[in-house]
Amino acid sequence: MLRNTNTRYGWAAIVLHWLIGLIFIGQFVLGWTMVRMTSQRTAFALIQLHKSFGFLLLGLVLVRIGWRLANPRPELPGEVGPVERRAAPAVHFLLYVAQLVVPLSGWVLVSVSVLEIPSVPFNLFVMPHLPLGISEQAENLWIFGHKWLAYAAIALVVLHILAAFRHHFWQRDVVLARMISPFFASRTRKPE
Amino acid sequence: MSLRVLGVAALVAFGLVDSTASAVALSDAAGRYAISSSGSSIRFAIGKIGGGGLAGAFGQFKGTIRIDGGDIGRSKVDITIFPDSVGTGQGRIDAFLKSDAVFDVANSSQITFRSTSVQRTGENSAVITGQLTARGHTNTEKFTAELQGMKGGQIRFHVSGKVFRSRYQMDVGTPIYSNIVAFDMEFSGRRG
Repeated sequence: MLRNTNTRYGWAAIVLHWLIGLIFIGQFVLGWTMVRMTSQRTAFALIQLHKSFGFLLLGLVLVRIGWRLANPRPELPGEVGPVERRAAPAVHFLLYVAQLVVPLSGWVLVSVSVLEIPSVPFNLFVMPHLPLGISEQAENLWIFGHKWLAYAAIALVVLHILAAFRHHFWQRDVVLARMISPFFASRTRKPE
Repeated sequence: MSLRVLGVAALVAFGLVDSTASAVALSDAAGRYAISSSGSSIRFAIGKIGGGGLAGAFGQFKGTIRIDGGDIGRSKVDITIFPDSVGTGQGRIDAFLKSDAVFDVANSSQITFRSTSVQRTGENSAVITGQLTARGHTNTEKFTAELQGMKGGQIRFHVSGKVFRSRYQMDVGTPIYSNIVAFDMEFSGRRG
C-alpha cells in the first residue's frame, strides 16, 4: 500500500501529494499576505515563516520527484478522452516544474537580496545562500520572477483542482478518489 | 573619589592625551559639558547568525556630562538619541528600523539614558550605570567610559556597552540577528 501500482497510488504518493498541495497553496496565501502587512514586525516574522516553508516544500518536492521516478504511474481510466489523455501529463509535468521552480526562485531571491538576511528554516539551521551576485537590480528581478512564477503556478493548481472536480462530480470516475486512499482506486463509481 | 581618576598627569604618563591636554589643570575638568552630534558618534552593531551583522549609527543626539570635581561618583550623564536619525547605509533597513518593528519612531521619538551612578574602574575609566528608556520600557544598563583627552574647553570620551534589545520590545529577527546590541560611542563635550 506504500508504493504505487498501475491502477492506484500508494500511501507515500498520496501523503506527498496532499502535503505538498497544502503547503503550496498555504505559501501562496502567506506570500500574498506578508507583503501587504502594515506592521513591519509581523511582516518580518511572516517572511521568515514563508522562507521556512519554502525550504520544506523544496525538500518534499525533491523526495516526491524521486518517489515518482521510482514508482509506476497509475493509468487513467479507459473512458478518459484523447485530448485529456494528452493534456493531463503535460499539466502534471508543468506542476512538477512549478513545485521546483517557485521555491528555487525564492531561494535565489533571498540569495541576491542586498539585505542579506540569513535563511534559518524554523530556526533550526542556517540554509546557505546560493553563490550569486548580490545587487538591487538582481533582487528586483527575482522579486518579479518569484511573484509571477507563483501566480502562474497557482493558476495551474486551480486548473488541476477543477479537472479533479470534473472527474469526480461530472465524469464520476476514480481519478480524484484514488488520490485520497488506495482503497478507493479499484471501486467503480456508478452514476446516480 | 577624587577627579584624579581622570587626571591629566596619569593620562600623559600612559600616552593617552596629547601634549596640549597636559597643560589643562585638573580643576578645569570639573564642570558641565554639552554633547552634540557634531564631533561625536553613536555607532551600534548587531551580529547575525552565520557571521557578519548589521551596523549603523544615530545621526542626531544630544546630552550633557557633568563632572563632579569633588566626587567622580556624583558625576552625571544624560543622553537623548533621536532614532529617526538612524542610518545603516541601506535605506530599506533604515525604514525597517524606524518602523514599529524596532524603534517605532512614529510613537516613540526619543531614546534616553540618565545615569544613576558612576564608578571608577581604572586610572582613566569608569562604569556608568543608568536608566535607558526606549519604546516606553526602562531598564538599568551599564556602559564603560574611557577618557580620551581634554583640550581647552573640550573633553572626549569613548563609551561602549552591550544592551539586550528584547528588553525594549525590539527583539524582532531574533535569533537570526543577535539579541545583543553592541554600542561604540565617541562623545565630545564642550564646556558650558
